[in-house]
Amino acid sequence: MTSLPTERSAKKLGLVIDLDVCVGCHACVVSCKEWNTGGYGAALSDQDPYGPNVSGTFLNRIHSFEVVPEGGEVIGEAGEARIVHFPKSCLHCDDAPCVTVCPTGASYKRGEDGIVLVDEDKCIGCGLCAWACPYGAREMDLAAGVMKKCTLCVDRIYNETLQEVDRVPSCVRTCPANARHYGDLADPSSAVSIMVAERGGIDLMPEQGTRPVNKYLPPRPRKPLAASAGALLAENTTGASGFFAWLDGMLDRI
Amino acid sequence: MHPAFSIIVFTTLSGLGYGLAAVLGLGILDPAAMATKLAHLAALVLIGVGLLSSTLHLGNPQRAWRALSQWRSSWLSREGVMALLTFLPLLWSAWFAVVEGRHAPVAGLLGAAGAAVTIYCTGMIYASLKSVQTWHTPLTPLCFILFALSGGLTLASLAGAAGGGDALWPALGAIAATIAAWIAKTAWRRRMLSLRPLSTPETATGLGSIGKVRLFERPHMNENYLTREMGFVIARKHAAKLARISFLAGGALPVLLLLVAAALSAVPVTAAVVIACAALLHYAGMFVERWLFFAEARHAVMNYYEG
Repeated sequence: MTSLPTERSAKKLGLVIDLDVCVGCHACVVSCKEWNTGGYGAALSDQDPYGPNVSGTFLNRIHSFEVVPEGGEVIGEAGEARIVHFPKSCLHCDDAPCVTVCPTGASYKRGEDGIVLVDEDKCIGCGLCAWACPYGAREMDLAAGVMKKCTLCVDRIYNETLQEVDRVPSCVRTCPANARHYGDLADPSSAVSIMVAERGGIDLMPEQGTRPVNKYLPPRPRKPLAASAGALLAENTTGASGFFAWLDGMLDRI
Repeated sequence: MHPAFSIIVFTTLSGLGYGLAAVLGLGILDPAAMATKLAHLAALVLIGVGLLSSTLHLGNPQRAWRALSQWRSSWLSREGVMALLTFLPLLWSAWFAVVEGRHAPVAGLLGAAGAAVTIYCTGMIYASLKSVQTWHTPLTPLCFILFALSGGLTLASLAGAAGGGDALWPALGAIAATIAAWIAKTAWRRRMLSLRPLSTPETATGLGSIGKVRLFERPHMNENYLTREMGFVIARKHAAKLARISFLAGGALPVLLLLVAAALSAVPVTAAVVIACAALLHYAGMFVERWLFFAEARHAVMNYYEG
């Protein structure tokens, strides 16, 4: 059934991605591909894997953006010019447009935890759901001819054969910078909800009306470089004390 | 958006077929004429080839029957259901015309209504996508319906003239429908050209509060499914020229030729030849129009790819 679930539990599982922390290492991309090519549904195929035109199916991709404030082309000139590494995967939207357009019932949103999944045995590979998603979270697997998307590692998070520490999405488990967090975003006392509240977590493209579950934490404001550098690095040594005052005096005398 | 050949063939041919079937269903042509019988068959063939072509772009066409199940929420499913349902009155209507040489009014009207609803569903598949702002307007299904009607009336006047009957009224109808279709299409295109993007790289990343957002590095060096499917830009370079070509071939020239044919309606054979030229030009124009419909449409995901 591709209508959105009418009966929903109080649970909304999803990710919180910290744009302040992500270093753009692509480890989550690799671990996602590694886990999901052998996990839920068809393998994530590559086309021309060892050739010059290699491409393949990924459920998670990292973009890097330059953010340039007005009049602040150079970092520190004005505002907060910076590079932001930007991981992007399915946002498991509350009003998922990819679900309702599906003609076969392959694409669905689970009432019990809000995860958006594709039943690959029903998917005809028409690609309309990928057109309906404004985020580019769905990619057709060209070998299997079915639509692939992030499953929130549904085959990990409920998997009691794994150790408890591993029962999180592969990307979250692998992130070396701890930029990715997983939890119940409907529960205000969950770690992810607290993070979102404290850091002002945001929705991507709210104007598309999709009501994404995943949230992004914006980069923290920068400290100007001068604020971190101590007085001793400066030209002026007034106020120096102890060993440095002695050194300052000796060096002046030489 | 990537203009897939199979989808362009599907939407143009089935549009033409449904347009012709709807006009035939109204019974304005002599049902006993051989040309009318052929027109009935032609409509079914156009629709059939169009629908078959639509399955060519599927990854798993053997499961296409499943697409009939989700009519409650999906316009694509509704289109499939309506296409199959409409075949019943169309076959009934064609049977009466071809075998018995008479018009079946009930089947004809049901078929015409079914054809209109099917085309509307086709248009709504695109118009329902908020992610493609260019398409997200009621003008999209309106254009689909009017172009189908204009093509259908052009073919019907060809059948009328070829059958030795009076092609004057269908030809005048075709002229009116073609003009109406291009008024709607011009409004559609004006809207497209004046659109302010709903989503921008700033809203797509949520980083607009810091400053202007510009792509620094793509996720991968090469193209991927998203950039191939949603990032098609080749035709945009010649978009204005192609739009003029589609208007000339699909609108202005067929209208002129149909006017000539209307004036020559006393000489049906000459009129038929002139209308045949109009119909061929019309299809060529529709093909270019549909190509542009896809190629010019910008998908919201391109905010992440600077496309």
